[in-house]
Amino acid sequence: MHDKTVAQLTAGLQTGQFSSAELTRCFLDRIASLDSRYNSFISVADEQAMAAARAADERIAAGDAGPLTGIPIAHKDIFCTDGLRTSCGSRMLDNFVPPYDATLVTRLNRDGVVALGKTNMDEFAMGSSNENSFYGPVRNPWDTSAVPGGSSGGSAAAVAAGLAPAATGTDTGGSIRQPAAFCGITGLKPTYGRVSRLGMVAFASSLDQAGPMARTAEDCALLLNSMAGHDPQDSTSSQVPTEDYCARLADSLQGLRIGLPREYFGAGLDPATAACIDQALKELEALGATLVEVSLPHSHLTIPTYYVIAPAEASTNLSRYDGVRYGYRCEQPTDLLDLYTRTREEGFGEEVKRRILVGTYALSAGYYDAYYKKAQQVRRLIKQDFIDCFGQVDVIAGPTTPGPAFALGSKSDDPVAMYLEDIYTLAVNLAGLPGMSVPAGMVGGKPVGLQLIGQHFGEARLLNVGHRFQQATDWHARRPADPAVEAA
Amino acid sequence: MAIEQDEIEKIAALARIRIQPAQIGRVTQRITEILHMVDQLQAVDTSDVEPMANPLDAIQVLRADEVTEVNRREAFQAIAPAVENGLYLVPKVIE
Amino acid sequence: MQWETVIGLEVHLQLATRSKIFSGSPTTFGAAPNTQASAVDLAMPGMLPVLNAEAVRFAVMFGLGIGAEIGRRSVFDRKNYFYPDLPKGYQISQFEAPIVGRGSFEIQLEDGSTRSIGITRAHLEEDAGKSLHEDFHGQTGIDLNRAGTPLLEIVSEPDLRNAAEAVAYLKALHSLVTYLGISDGNMAEGSMRCDINLSLRPVGSDTLGTRAEIKNVNSFRFVEKAIRHEVERQADILEDGGKIVQETRLYDADLDETRPMRSKEVANDYRYFPEPDLLPVVIDEAYIEEIRASLPELPVQKRHRFIEQYGLSAYDANVMADSRELADYFEAVAGSCGDAKIAANWVQVELLGQLNKGELALADCPVPAADLGGLIARILDNSISGKIAKQVFEAMWQGEGSADEIIAARGLKQVSDSGALETMVEEVIAANAGQVEQYLAADADRRKKLIGFFVGQVMKLSKGQANPQMVNELLAKKLV
Repeated sequence: MHDKTVAQLTAGLQTGQFSSAELTRCFLDRIASLDSRYNSFISVADEQAMAAARAADERIAAGDAGPLTGIPIAHKDIFCTDGLRTSCGSRMLDNFVPPYDATLVTRLNRDGVVALGKTNMDEFAMGSSNENSFYGPVRNPWDTSAVPGGSSGGSAAAVAAGLAPAATGTDTGGSIRQPAAFCGITGLKPTYGRVSRLGMVAFASSLDQAGPMARTAEDCALLLNSMAGHDPQDSTSSQVPTEDYCARLADSLQGLRIGLPREYFGAGLDPATAACIDQALKELEALGATLVEVSLPHSHLTIPTYYVIAPAEASTNLSRYDGVRYGYRCEQPTDLLDLYTRTREEGFGEEVKRRILVGTYALSAGYYDAYYKKAQQVRRLIKQDFIDCFGQVDVIAGPTTPGPAFALGSKSDDPVAMYLEDIYTLAVNLAGLPGMSVPAGMVGGKPVGLQLIGQHFGEARLLNVGHRFQQATDWHARRPADPAVEAA
Repeated sequence: MAIEQDEIEKIAALARIRIQPAQIGRVTQRITEILHMVDQLQAVDTSDVEPMANPLDAIQVLRADEVTEVNRREAFQAIAPAVENGLYLVPKVIE
Repeated sequence: MQWETVIGLEVHLQLATRSKIFSGSPTTFGAAPNTQASAVDLAMPGMLPVLNAEAVRFAVMFGLGIGAEIGRRSVFDRKNYFYPDLPKGYQISQFEAPIVGRGSFEIQLEDGSTRSIGITRAHLEEDAGKSLHEDFHGQTGIDLNRAGTPLLEIVSEPDLRNAAEAVAYLKALHSLVTYLGISDGNMAEGSMRCDINLSLRPVGSDTLGTRAEIKNVNSFRFVEKAIRHEVERQADILEDGGKIVQETRLYDADLDETRPMRSKEVANDYRYFPEPDLLPVVIDEAYIEEIRASLPELPVQKRHRFIEQYGLSAYDANVMADSRELADYFEAVAGSCGDAKIAANWVQVELLGQLNKGELALADCPVPAADLGGLIARILDNSISGKIAKQVFEAMWQGEGSADEIIAARGLKQVSDSGALETMVEEVIAANAGQVEQYLAADADRRKKLIGFFVGQVMKLSKGQANPQMVNELLAKKLV
């Protein structure tokens, strides 16, 4: 059961091949026996999951089931879950059990999804390797000496390892797409505002966006159908109507114009990865698409722009962690200042503190214009590059990452080198566009991701391209060696 | 822009984060590297560019003035580090 | 040296919305601690603000009320600082693009003269919670019920020159916002709190001196005292050749002094930047016109109308227009008795006198406006004298009925029957032969003074009910 797609599991549940309780038990057992290898879960919700599965089985029996009813999934530990610890990968929230659900969780619950538990992540979603977690690094199921990517590394690893058929993630600068690429799964970051941010622990408000991570584009579409939509409690949530993201999956790619930004294929891209991407593009051409070279001339500014805006917003979003109302509080504070400074020193990890300091600096008197305002201006230039491109093409394609998953520890002591890993993913967040990574090859036994970038609210088109590509290839169907099978 | 150690100390004080004296040099070095990378922005001419705060340039939707929240003090304070008589407690504040 | 005082005020006005500015929590005053603090108000992880439409509407009403430019695209910013009563570690406020731009309004001073005071801007923001310093084992308790209550911060130009002007400004502001119905104006509950920016400069100078800011003064009386104290303090320093330190001070009402605030010692860098969880508020012409059309008559307009329409003095007009309720009451009294000047006089002296004595609000007044009008009508038609009328009013206040009922029940109707009056006049003349002799011996000037004695005697005899005018006429006829 664990190697099926969501769509296959839905069919199995609805035809009575297995119950949600059996399915859920299967995944909980796999997590219990295998996750010590990957460390992809922070919390496992055994009892709640089984109760939800039994409730789902009743709905199925009563004929009141949708496509997700009874499907187990894992939530990134950034989404607040009522009664279930939500740590955000931080010591600061190690003891935090929210008395409320994120809107995304509410929506998925309403559709009968079974939450298996909460997945590991870089602390407060700040990282590209999942090494910045209070709960320790996650290991890549394809190569346990490599990182799974980040910040949604636990979700990506859990899906890749067959510990969950699908998972939720968040993407502020590539945190869905990059781990999806590193772990050989499909991940979609929707348009900014497509999925509610309410109850999702904030990193950078104007960049954060939640999305699905699964084996296939079709599974992502099924999940997005439940997740997407306006939330009156999130002012930045879009009122643009949603659509049935499954409806156009099988549309022909004949006449599709795909833009290839020359800046995404230059120096810095690993040649073997480039070869995989080229092959994938040929596949799309064979499916009827036309490849057009385009340019995103401000691409070289995406990293500096992002590393001003994201830390600036984060620096104040994280001010609420002060040891007063919830979360970590230092022992025996001597006075108010000691309570604040020691709680935040001890509660936050190194990378989080570094970004808070950078962000505080960028917003401080005398530097605001040179950093924050400047970055906001360049951000508009970056967005305009995309708008100009979309005058010529329907979607943009390129590599998700400069290369396959790197070794654990290889970049953890060099923040700037780590930031460079996000070179191809950041611009999508800055421009608020939807972006997707689909498995597109293997390099040295590790997966490579093809990134597809759509126009604002063009999720259905991206999913269509991804689905047609997956109909013609089998990269998404490849699985890392399963220790459970080896043991048996 | 290079950043001096005393500036880092000032920023850390603003952000209410204590940094151990032994680590301040390393922190300063890392942040200097990041700011050096970020400084590429200074070369861009943005004189006529409107800053972009929201990627969709959307506008605010207003909420009707209705009370929709109920008292959940018990649930909220069950997860608080220190409360008494319904109040959150902090070390003595001097105005 | 002669010093000129320069004062600008920042007023934090609590807007009278039902729910908070960014959450659906109630704003009721006086609830048990933290029972009106929702997940948004507590800054729980993942919580987001959504702007209350009524707060925007109230701000626009205020802007139109002072003839200000309305910000067509106003932006919320984060003002970052750490304080335990500020759960997010930032206050959502407006910095560069406030909802209300420059405006002005007229204040009236004690001597009846008026001045126009400039308003620099007014912006929407959220209130913080409260720190309670009673001893919790040496700790401070935090109540976040007030956190997120909508505030309109109204910043004046440094146009005020003394404590009296500052108080007149605050009273006029209070009157304006209660007319508009955008705030309850309840100062005791903190609905109107004031920060005072004050500096001195040599008379004749046009550059501003270094200012001190006095935080959170919350009554007209304390504003007056705090200003007097601060002027004295700064003058003493300057006279001694010292320099004023730019700082934030706290007014201590118990000690009647200002002192520096310790918590503000660390120089703050608020790191304002556009709040990414909220989007720009765009206000169009149609919205503004709809609000403009719904505005009530404002105090200044009413004051001018009272002067023109009723011939009231500037002072009386100011008093009558002080609140919408009082103005309505006055107009009802004037309408029912037909004489606005006498109505104004009665409202001001007798009615406000009784209310003050009983520490009552107008809403609690036991005498409806029509009844007071009815009483005044009885003075005007000579049924009773002004003196008797006061007696009747007392009885009306005690709930004994309408003026006519009380006059009838107590037999207070003025005696205007010439036969009865003549009998009384003759009786008085007969009983006071000596005074009659003096009167007859006196010249015309002195007679005018002496006649008062006879009038008084007749009034006494009639228990105050004789028509004084008729008594005068009869005496003049009989004393020959």
